[in-house]
Amino acid sequence: MTTDAPILSVSDLFVKRGGVPVLDLPAFSIRKGEMVGLIGPNGAGKSTLLLALACLIKRERGRILFHGQVVSTRRETFAYRRRIAVVFQEPLLFDTTVYANVASGLDIRHLDRQEIGERVTRRLDQFGIDHLRNRSARKLSGGEAQRTSLARAFAIDPEIVFLDEPFSSLDPPTREGLLEDLHRILKETGTAAVMATHDRLEALRLSERMAVMRDGEVVQIGPADAIIHHPTDEFVASFVGMETILTGRVSGCGVGTIRVDLGVGELEAVGEARPGEAVRCCIRPENVTLQLPAAREETSARNLFPARVEKIQPLGLFHRVLLDCGFPLTAYVTSQAVSDLNLREGAGVQAAFKATAVHVIRHEK
Amino acid sequence: MKMRRGLTWAVGLMAALILMAGFSPAQAAPVKQKNLILATTTSTQDTGLLDVIIPIFEKKTKYFVKTIAVGSGAAMAMGKKGEADVLLVHSPAAEKKRMEEGYGVNRRLVMHNDFVILGPASDPAGIKGMKSATEAFKKIAAAGSLFMTRADKSGTHAKEMGIWKAAGLDPEGQKWYQQTGLGMGATLGVAAEKKGYTLSDRGTYLAMKKNLGLNILSEGDGVLLNIYHVIEVNPAKWPKVNAPGGKAFADFMVSKQVQKIIKTFGVDKYGSPLFFPDAGKKVEDLGK
Amino acid sequence: MDLILEGLKQAFYLLVTFDPEVMGITWLSLRISGTATFFSLFFGISVGTVVALTEFPGRRIVVSLINTGMGLPPVVAGLIVTIFLWRNGPLGFLEILYTPTAMIIAQALIAAPIVTGISLASIQQLPRNLRLQILALGANRLQMVWILIKEAKLPLLAAVMAGFGGVISEVGASIMVGGNIKGYSRVLTTATVMETGKGNFEIALALGFILLLLAFIINAVLTQVQQRQRPR
Repeated sequence: MTTDAPILSVSDLFVKRGGVPVLDLPAFSIRKGEMVGLIGPNGAGKSTLLLALACLIKRERGRILFHGQVVSTRRETFAYRRRIAVVFQEPLLFDTTVYANVASGLDIRHLDRQEIGERVTRRLDQFGIDHLRNRSARKLSGGEAQRTSLARAFAIDPEIVFLDEPFSSLDPPTREGLLEDLHRILKETGTAAVMATHDRLEALRLSERMAVMRDGEVVQIGPADAIIHHPTDEFVASFVGMETILTGRVSGCGVGTIRVDLGVGELEAVGEARPGEAVRCCIRPENVTLQLPAAREETSARNLFPARVEKIQPLGLFHRVLLDCGFPLTAYVTSQAVSDLNLREGAGVQAAFKATAVHVIRHEK
Repeated sequence: MKMRRGLTWAVGLMAALILMAGFSPAQAAPVKQKNLILATTTSTQDTGLLDVIIPIFEKKTKYFVKTIAVGSGAAMAMGKKGEADVLLVHSPAAEKKRMEEGYGVNRRLVMHNDFVILGPASDPAGIKGMKSATEAFKKIAAAGSLFMTRADKSGTHAKEMGIWKAAGLDPEGQKWYQQTGLGMGATLGVAAEKKGYTLSDRGTYLAMKKNLGLNILSEGDGVLLNIYHVIEVNPAKWPKVNAPGGKAFADFMVSKQVQKIIKTFGVDKYGSPLFFPDAGKKVEDLGK
Repeated sequence: MDLILEGLKQAFYLLVTFDPEVMGITWLSLRISGTATFFSLFFGISVGTVVALTEFPGRRIVVSLINTGMGLPPVVAGLIVTIFLWRNGPLGFLEILYTPTAMIIAQALIAAPIVTGISLASIQQLPRNLRLQILALGANRLQMVWILIKEAKLPLLAAVMAGFGGVISEVGASIMVGGNIKGYSRVLTTATVMETGKGNFEIALALGFILLLLAFIINAVLTQVQQRQRPR
């Protein structure tokens, strides 16, 4: 019973900054050990939400319950803060040794030296920085510093950790390593976490639930899979990486499928809608495959269109190909495919995608 | 690592020194003792006479004398405002005015020295040996020779202006008439440097003669007498004044003991006394 | 030129033989300026920190005042103190005009805005989120302020040094409120002015040299401290 009840629940959260509303959140909650990802563009209010949840900034309105108890007076806020931790994008370490930094939260709580020693050593080990324990914080690399910041946060055994884009200023390999370690430690300790990031893949790796934010509001919240594969509006869709978004009208329905008339072509998609209804169709570029114009390859794709290559953008391991099928379509292909298909600007190809790859957003909610 | 350790030590030592300095037991600054504020002139203090006399007074009477050395004008202004208890000044015209206004009581003659007209050995204006100060000044003006003035309302400056007036001249603004705005010693330095004429009290000149390069070119004129009086500030006007202390000091200045000290002060160092004791005499009799 | 050389020789002699009067004057300078800096340190760092961290109506004006105070001409401070401490002034009954105490007051008045202004800047230039991070670690307000001060200890040290440097080299206010009384309120700066006015260049040079030495030491320590600033 108790494991299902949220440890933190928030209602009617409203925050202003400089007289301007920056956050408006009707409801939000976190369960024990849960990991929630916050994604959205810059200025969406992710940081504000985190700071408000941690009770570090003033809120205009809003009720916050921690383990069912109200957090409102100064004393309650103080007690609440002692049971959570926050990690920022900059490590914000103190001008002392790594050891002293990690111990700082414990020093503040006036624990005795021995206990501090044990807890700090444990965290230093966990985050792989024990060999740096006597090094000055000024002499750490970006990754080492952020590990120290994390160790410092976890040393106090928080029930919830709030992370504000903790890895965005690190290079990819370092980011990888830290992400892995963080995930593992969160699972081991059963600590709940709310992490803001603008990298949706990172959010996907870590989160069980995701919230998409825009202009101070949560536009969609739910299990990570649902967000990624079933965005409820085009903003979320484009943010989660559905690069092709098309407008059309439903021209016919089948069993579990619909046909959508785009004006310049027809699509088959999976879903339910009424004929004549205006809908949007979203397609992930990863789900679009390309063939040579004349090929009649075996494909179960119900949607097959001749297309002209408009542009090819190298993205490292993949290439983004912008196509014109009468309607714009984006596909990701490997470099191998680019040479096999002799892709270049102006070339002709065939683009195919399954009906299941087409995600339909109906305009009536 | 070592560097940091050494630095921490240096900083800590410095801080400790400063703090220690701030908190060491107060110097022999007698707080409970009665304070006496003596306003006098820089030239008087510069001669060093007070450094000899005041310790004797303090020992005898247990007063703590605060000697504030400013220009004659400022010293008398302090008396006028009741911010001093007793004055030792040498600007008779201004003193008389104060007495008339009722700010001082018991104005008593203490001593005198004299002023001398100094100049370069080359003496471009040709005033050497002249007996009349006013005539000498007239000659300097006529020759347009460089003349340094203190221009600071000090007793020396007042004396100098008096002579110009008596000579019927107004040198203000003339190219050869330069204002230093400095004390006597510094003004002498400037005059020596620029090979110009100047008026100085004999005491300061004697104290600095060795390194200077200026000669006495005219002396002895009655008008060059520099007369010192001690004036007690009137307690009727300013009740907060330390009247008994002021009186004690004034009495002390005209006492036989001090007059004797004044008589011989400076002889061993400069070959002639810097001052001539005059307690009890009449002003008209001086200099004869 | 000979005069200067002669003066330098005399100066050296006075220093090397620890001439008692010169040493006394030096010690008094350190005492008075040290005490004044000590008091201004407490005032300056606390007020500077509070203003840096708090939003309140009229904050802009207060910051302007502090910055203006930093440029306060020391003689003006001396004049204000003198007027208050005159026998016939509001605090005349204290009878502390022409005492080292008055000098400490005047110098504290001069040093306080300097220490306050630099402390204010030091705390303000800490990373903006640092305050939140410290609170998130569970610190109460007092702990937070203490930790912030520790983080800014290098520039705060500079503030104190700047205050001390400013007052130990100050002369106008010190003469006005101290009276330059021999053995009592005569310090390095006031004695230098007096001896120069008298034409005693060798003593003036000796005193000036000591002042330079003190200023140099302070600056050397300050520079070293600044060079340690983290490159983060």
